[in-house]
Amino acid sequence: MEDRTLGRTAFLGLVGAGVAGLFLGRDALGLLGKVVPNGVESIVPTGGWRIYTIGSSIPRLDPKTYRLTIGGAVERPVTYTLADLRSLPRAEQVSDFHCVTGWRVEDVHWGGVRLRDVLAEAGLRPSAKTLRFVSAEVPYDDTLTLPQAFGRDVLLALDMDGEPLSHGHGYPARVVMPRMYGYKSVKWVTRIEARTTYTDLGYWEQNGYDKDAWIGASNGF
Amino acid sequence: MIRRFGRTERALHWVHATGFFAMLATGLVLYLPALSELVARRNVVKNVHIFSAVAWALAIVLVVALGDRRRLAADWREIETLDRDDRSWLLGRPAPQGRFNAGQKVNAIVTAAFAILFAISGFFLWLGERDHRYLFDGTGTVHDALTLISVGLVSGHLYLALIHPQTRHALRGMTLGEVREDWAREHHPKWLEERRRL
Repeated sequence: MEDRTLGRTAFLGLVGAGVAGLFLGRDALGLLGKVVPNGVESIVPTGGWRIYTIGSSIPRLDPKTYRLTIGGAVERPVTYTLADLRSLPRAEQVSDFHCVTGWRVEDVHWGGVRLRDVLAEAGLRPSAKTLRFVSAEVPYDDTLTLPQAFGRDVLLALDMDGEPLSHGHGYPARVVMPRMYGYKSVKWVTRIEARTTYTDLGYWEQNGYDKDAWIGASNGF
Repeated sequence: MIRRFGRTERALHWVHATGFFAMLATGLVLYLPALSELVARRNVVKNVHIFSAVAWALAIVLVVALGDRRRLAADWREIETLDRDDRSWLLGRPAPQGRFNAGQKVNAIVTAAFAILFAISGFFLWLGERDHRYLFDGTGTVHDALTLISVGLVSGHLYLALIHPQTRHALRGMTLGEVREDWAREHHPKWLEERRRL
């Protein structure tokens, strides 16, 4: 009889450990990254990116026809081509990227333009309070308040790790807000709209996710 | 020839195998960035993954409900029982084995536990996307870790079942249900002994 308890204990122990794992800290993922050999890690993203989309496919925007429109509560609506965006003052930063589902990528090298510079030509009206970023991946959008969007580490990124963004990462332009979970960092941005209220709910926020998605202080984490 | 696996046991094995590989293939497309970017219709892949999961779970319930439950219960009793010989075998010392050897028992225990954990973590991945209250800290990590370990286990399982000359005859037991008596005597002598006693 005792022989049987060993197998039973192993079975229940595994199930219990796995269920406990659901609620354990996110550092468990870092642990997983240490167990997986380095060679495998380049293919298997234990500490790396996942590509999440909400639509039927990854948007593939044509750099020739791409336009970024700035509208809403601004003095002059502006339309940028990709070349226009690239001619704005360039900013670079290294920051971590945290997904709300638990994975993170450390030390991502971003290049692009600060939102203050993107908004400069259009000019915000005094009543403007937030910026709503609209993705080419319909109906994805999300909103940052002006203080959030103008943070020193917030970027409209055009490059990642020394190369233009890949299609999966939001080519040609995406928001990078490293202090919030990744769903605030809208990919494939085609429109930035200044808004006078902070009432718009982004795509995930309509499913109950926090508007202010501070890492470690929102969504129950 | 002697009978090793009945229809219920084989159905359970192949239902699980089919579900596993369907979900592995679609899961890798969702998980690996290179594949994600390559495959255009992500939501189709995601739906197939989720549909496979539901079909897999239903099929397992059906096999158990309609199949030979007494036999499955006896199998599980046998699998859970790791006797002195099994423990020696696991420590690398040769010891006579029953119908399941100790490695097969451990594999079956891990597979059963993982099946439950895949189902739970997968369900909460699905639900957490719809309602953030069910988005737990480690759901994705658990689902990923299960996948990584399972791929390792299945690779070993496939090697032993398809390639390794001494063990691959076992595949016949899982397809046609029967194995050669001389092979069984060599690999599972305690099983033959029990059969003779019955």
